[in-house]
Amino acid sequence: MYRYDEFDAAFVADRVSAFRDQVSRRLSGDMTEEQFRPHRLMNGLYLQLHAYMLRVAVPYGTLNARQMHKLAHIARVYDKGFGHFTTRQNIQYNWPALSDVPAILDELASVEMHAIQTSGNCIRNVTADHFAGAAADEIEDPRPYAEILRQWSSIHPEFTFLPRKFKIAVNGADWDRAAIQVHDIGYQIVRNEAGEVGFAVYVGGGLGRTPMIARKLRDFLPKADLLAYTQAIVRVYNLEGRRDNKYKARIKILVHEKGVDPMREAVEAEFAAASREFISLPASEIARIKSYFAPPALQARAACDAYEARRQTDPRFAAFAANNVHPHRVAGHGVVTISLKPIGGVPGDATAAQMDAVADLAARYGHDEIRVSHEQNLVLPHVALDDLPAIYDELAANGLATANAGLISDIIACPGLDYCALATARSIPIAQRISERFGEGERARDIGELKIKISGCINACGHHHVGHIGILGLERKGVETYQITLGGSGDETCSLGTLTGPGFSSEEVVDAIERIVNVYMSVRTDRSEDFLAAYRRVGMQPFKEALYETSKGADI
Amino acid sequence: MALWKNGAFVDDAWREIAEGEDPPPAGHVILPLDWWEQERDAFEGSNAPLGLRVAPGVPIERFARDINRFALIELVFPKFGDGRAFSMARLLRERHGFRGELRATGDVLIDQIQMMARCGFDTFQISDATTERLLRERGAPAYKRFYQPGATPEAPVDSRPWARRPG
Repeated sequence: MYRYDEFDAAFVADRVSAFRDQVSRRLSGDMTEEQFRPHRLMNGLYLQLHAYMLRVAVPYGTLNARQMHKLAHIARVYDKGFGHFTTRQNIQYNWPALSDVPAILDELASVEMHAIQTSGNCIRNVTADHFAGAAADEIEDPRPYAEILRQWSSIHPEFTFLPRKFKIAVNGADWDRAAIQVHDIGYQIVRNEAGEVGFAVYVGGGLGRTPMIARKLRDFLPKADLLAYTQAIVRVYNLEGRRDNKYKARIKILVHEKGVDPMREAVEAEFAAASREFISLPASEIARIKSYFAPPALQARAACDAYEARRQTDPRFAAFAANNVHPHRVAGHGVVTISLKPIGGVPGDATAAQMDAVADLAARYGHDEIRVSHEQNLVLPHVALDDLPAIYDELAANGLATANAGLISDIIACPGLDYCALATARSIPIAQRISERFGEGERARDIGELKIKISGCINACGHHHVGHIGILGLERKGVETYQITLGGSGDETCSLGTLTGPGFSSEEVVDAIERIVNVYMSVRTDRSEDFLAAYRRVGMQPFKEALYETSKGADI
Repeated sequence: MALWKNGAFVDDAWREIAEGEDPPPAGHVILPLDWWEQERDAFEGSNAPLGLRVAPGVPIERFARDINRFALIELVFPKFGDGRAFSMARLLRERHGFRGELRATGDVLIDQIQMMARCGFDTFQISDATTERLLRERGAPAYKRFYQPGATPEAPVDSRPWARRPG
């Protein structure tokens, strides 16, 4: 993974010391909250419902053991003993004291981490496929490009006061695990007909109140032009994006209102006119950054006796292996998802002890690598299958062996009304009850891959629009009500969910989900047709009928 | 209102022209863009130094042909969070070759001054009292490491083409 050099370390140290000064000015009353606001936001510090919330950047979701231990330490010393991993591969602490924040930032800096640009109308943490560098279906590891973008966008003098926040995602595999088509810019690594590797460029995707799927601006962008083209897109956006209404300020609205062709012309014209002198990427420099991400030297293993033996004798282990282990590009190895969705738990939460346990496992068995996925789980990307029994036992001892990766109880949920000042309804308790209803056992496995995503308001932080089943919590006359959408997907077949109809009360919503699942189970051709495929084949009608019983008896 | 330039407050040789006022023959007045567009013929053959005030969102193409007529261009930040003038400044300097004084006005706050300078601004009209006090007490922030090339004199750092130090 990328290691800071002296320059990078000093860059972060300078910013921490400036923020320390700003915090002391705020605490002494020299600065009002209003004047302090832009400074705290630049450093990832939000004022939430009950307290400050600090969002720490995990660049493209990659951590080493030392960093994870530090995150655990911060949770223990400065928070209430846990942290919350987010859908943008970051971690949030919900209870830091303002006076402690500079010390927390110092702790982070000591392990090459920071909270810069995790909020505000700037280019946010650049995200990437959480299986990057390990998955069998990858053209190239996206992280070196995410790292180059991360550096170039850090405290960018021109692009720190954009109309609205700006999110870039990079994916390197055929399977889009980074949801690039719902980002402001999505870069998909592709190989062109000449065999060169570059990027397909998508612009203007996003969720929130006006969900939109990104439009393709380019089929192929040479690697050397990554920064120049990004600059062109962001400059057009900075100059032309709407600033009259924050809900219409994202680049998706500009692309929509301007039209994709005029947008492409404007970006290409800007790209052609700008000097490349300083931001063209020399191949040597790309190679140098790539060397930081060199994969561990793994020996292919033909036989995995220990793994097979345990699989034959322990059905719980077998279930874990089937659900939570993804094929690695090196035989005899696996990519292990550590679910942060215990049945009945809070999606994405991890205790300090759990973080330490994962860090220890990564150091011992996982080539010192951990990933945070946008599905709010953790990943050990490079594991020998024969080490999986030991890893599994250690995970189980720490409440981390839930065998539900990708299943119905692997739910994404925003913090909702329990924490968030913007929320209109609770989301965590809904996730907990759905997860309790379906569990991680035989039934959940039989249902198969099913992504439920829950948001507690129309800002859609729980990404409900791209859930196979999406749930949106609203408030109607003082009562929480939950709308359901079906058929959303954030992968390369990106689609937005369709509303089933009127919403359900908090009491009814879990039953409604169960009815939807029952319809799927009855219409699927066989187990190989997952929920999304079945929905796309049969459409909304049978689900609608089951939910609202509109055609009861009519067809008989 | 005070004018910050090269690390100090300086006297302002310029003033905004008032509504309905005739520009003095000696110049050193800043004209709104609309005003200039209506009256530009009146300045035919005049050498008086003129300034131009441009609101955010105005395409530079609208006045690009006249750029060299101006000794000063003033770009407005209506709120500190409205960052359009950052891009406009870079375009004026890098694409249109403007070499006169580039002035930031409006909601110009202490923490943005170095960023503005790195986009090509060289004077800053300060109306925020706290910013003025902090500038007098300690000067503008002067970070020394950047991940992008800027308009101020800077030196490359290492093999990264995008990294810079003040030069």
